[in-house]
Amino acid sequence: MLKALQLEPEKCTGCLQCEMACSYENEGLFNPSKSRIKVFTFHDEGRFAPYTCSQCAEAWCLHACPVEAIVVNPKTGSKDVIEAICVGCKVCTIACPFGTVNYNADTGKVIKCDLCGGEPACADACPTAAITYVDAGHTGLERMRAHAAQGLPKN
Amino acid sequence: MAWQRKVLRVDLSAGTCKAEPLNMEWAMKYLGQRGLATKYLCEEIDPAVDALSPANKLIMATGPLTGTMASTGGRYSVITKSPLTGAIACSNSGGFIGAEIKQAGWDMIIFEGRAAEPVYLYLENDQAELCAAGDLWGKSVWATDELLHAKYQDPALRIACVGRSAEQGCLYAAVVNDLHRAAGRSGVGTVMASKHLKAVVVRGTRGVGNVRDPKAFLKATTLGKKTLADNAVTGQGLPAMGTQVLMNVINEVGAMPTRNMREVQFEGAHKISAEAMHEPRESDGKPNLVTNAACFGCTIACGRISTIDPQHYTIQNKPEFMGASGGLEYEAAWALGSDTGVDDLDALTYANFVCNEDGMDPISFGATVAAAMELFDIGAITTADTGGIEMRFGSAEALTKAVELVATGEGFGRDLALGSKRLCEKYGHPDLSMTVKGQEFPAYDPRAIQGMGLAYATSNRGACHLRGYTVSSEIMGVPVKTDPLSTEGKPDLVKAFQDATAAVDSSGLCVFTTFAWTLEDIAPQVDAACEGGWTAQTMLEAGERIWNLERKFNLDAGLTMADDTLPKRLLKDAAKTGPAKGMVNRLDEMLPQYYAARGWTADGVPTAETLSRLGV
Repeated sequence: MLKALQLEPEKCTGCLQCEMACSYENEGLFNPSKSRIKVFTFHDEGRFAPYTCSQCAEAWCLHACPVEAIVVNPKTGSKDVIEAICVGCKVCTIACPFGTVNYNADTGKVIKCDLCGGEPACADACPTAAITYVDAGHTGLERMRAHAAQGLPKN
Repeated sequence: MAWQRKVLRVDLSAGTCKAEPLNMEWAMKYLGQRGLATKYLCEEIDPAVDALSPANKLIMATGPLTGTMASTGGRYSVITKSPLTGAIACSNSGGFIGAEIKQAGWDMIIFEGRAAEPVYLYLENDQAELCAAGDLWGKSVWATDELLHAKYQDPALRIACVGRSAEQGCLYAAVVNDLHRAAGRSGVGTVMASKHLKAVVVRGTRGVGNVRDPKAFLKATTLGKKTLADNAVTGQGLPAMGTQVLMNVINEVGAMPTRNMREVQFEGAHKISAEAMHEPRESDGKPNLVTNAACFGCTIACGRISTIDPQHYTIQNKPEFMGASGGLEYEAAWALGSDTGVDDLDALTYANFVCNEDGMDPISFGATVAAAMELFDIGAITTADTGGIEMRFGSAEALTKAVELVATGEGFGRDLALGSKRLCEKYGHPDLSMTVKGQEFPAYDPRAIQGMGLAYATSNRGACHLRGYTVSSEIMGVPVKTDPLSTEGKPDLVKAFQDATAAVDSSGLCVFTTFAWTLEDIAPQVDAACEGGWTAQTMLEAGERIWNLERKFNLDAGLTMADDTLPKRLLKDAAKTGPAKGMVNRLDEMLPQYYAARGWTADGVPTAETLSRLGV
């Protein structure tokens, strides 16, 4: 079954555990500035929202890459950057409409979410289940369930 | 080795920033943050120095677990000599800047001297520079934060700064970071402003990677998070209700100091409680509470984000107060509310916003207003002194006017900025000041919680609940239930809490974890990250060492056992209602036993043997 990250901003507390888990998994460091997932704070509204790559089926980044350094992972469906091939031209960062591919000046390569090969560390670390890894064909299931509950006949 | 092993020394007089290695010999004995920075301060300044002179130093210190994935691992402390108490000051804050300092590659920043003109520190990884802050001086915390973010075009910057109250010399000014988290107590912001240091601006992208045993660390921190999630207080009570969960509980046990501690129960408590913050209001149908919020790395998320009723008188034509911001924690709700007799939730939220906006400790501010209200009540001050304000108990208008005046240092605000002790002395009634060592009380009346009386009297930074929170044991039964009305066993209990807390405060973790964790839960996390073979036992010893070092600083600063006392009201005037009706705090029964338990002389001086045993 193809799975996808499901992000539910209303559950997020802004703790950044996901960013630390992501950077630790990918860089071996607790370093939010190198995280592939980012949590945004909307201060005046009192809201938090995690955001990362949604793994487009027709991925702009993949099509834009001039050296074919971005490939589809057959196991997870994620679009992965092959570091050895990436030349750091950043065309993918321009092509991505969502801003979820970013350049890492320390390595001269781009970084993006690769679903940790099928075990996303962010989802594992999230204390409030604002980030879950669920059936990609049913990311609306929990919301459907909540609305279905509203329509239940009163006991 | 979760230390970065690097200290930034900023000489404000000379305008220089220099890196130096962290003293690892001290780190092995004092761990980090509170303990280690206290050791640096004791080695580098004369404790008798004037707190607001250039000879005082101010240290921003992280712990070894700050900036890691350990739950609540985002804390930092500001350590200096306090202008409010003349004792050691150590104020702990969450938010995000502590972790950012660590991510930038530093364990602590030592500020010394005084800049000729206002400056701020810009710190981006290895790059540290002092920049002119003439355009920021005279601006609030919120305005300063906005201007600096705009200047650098960098939303990821983390900023700590002082507001106008600190610039104006308010003796309980805080260092505010991330808009509404604060190193709040003892006037650490006043010291920062006295050095003409307006702000510390940090961007860290190096990360924290040098944990000693990564596998053991992830295992220990994951287990710790599960323990927090499974605990009723840290897993449910605090995220849902915040620390405000205590308001109704403490009121019921008759330990809610009311109207400058004249009474121990507040009839309006339910109107300013956590439950009230959840109630939809009439004007827009929304509750005061918007959401809970976490500090860096925290899986508890007790923080409150609130809005003020758009119809409320305090915010008409003030768009900067219309949005959501840091809401009422229990201590603030108590000090601004119960202690002043004000039960208007929106007025308290407004006063809290202003305390954040211009950097005042809401506990000391609220308690000072309470003292002024009592002085007004007995006729010791009049509207001639207050600039026309009717400082009556229960007056929301008086409270909200007062907070505006202290924020900007105008009119009667200059008197209120002195703190309760100096205010009451000025108007001839020193006994009406509810303070220890010149610092205002927090929200637990020691007539109904006996151990807290001893904890307040002996706290190294003056009256404080965070130096030995025996409320945990006496009211909540954590880790074991003791009788709040009895003094039996309290000297040992207070000592144990004080030592354990000093260790937690030196680790980079939040003391709120201790509703669920003991040092047995914390030590494996510290040990997996750090060299030194840390166990619950060695952490407790480090805590005791830190406590004695702080005590030594205070004695060298000129404090004596005469300062280990409580206001007469709490020792002579019995509680009027509640379970402690008829009781006073029986400090005299506890203090001599406490000194003995600590290995101090009958005069409260650590013996040579004690200091040698602890290696102080």
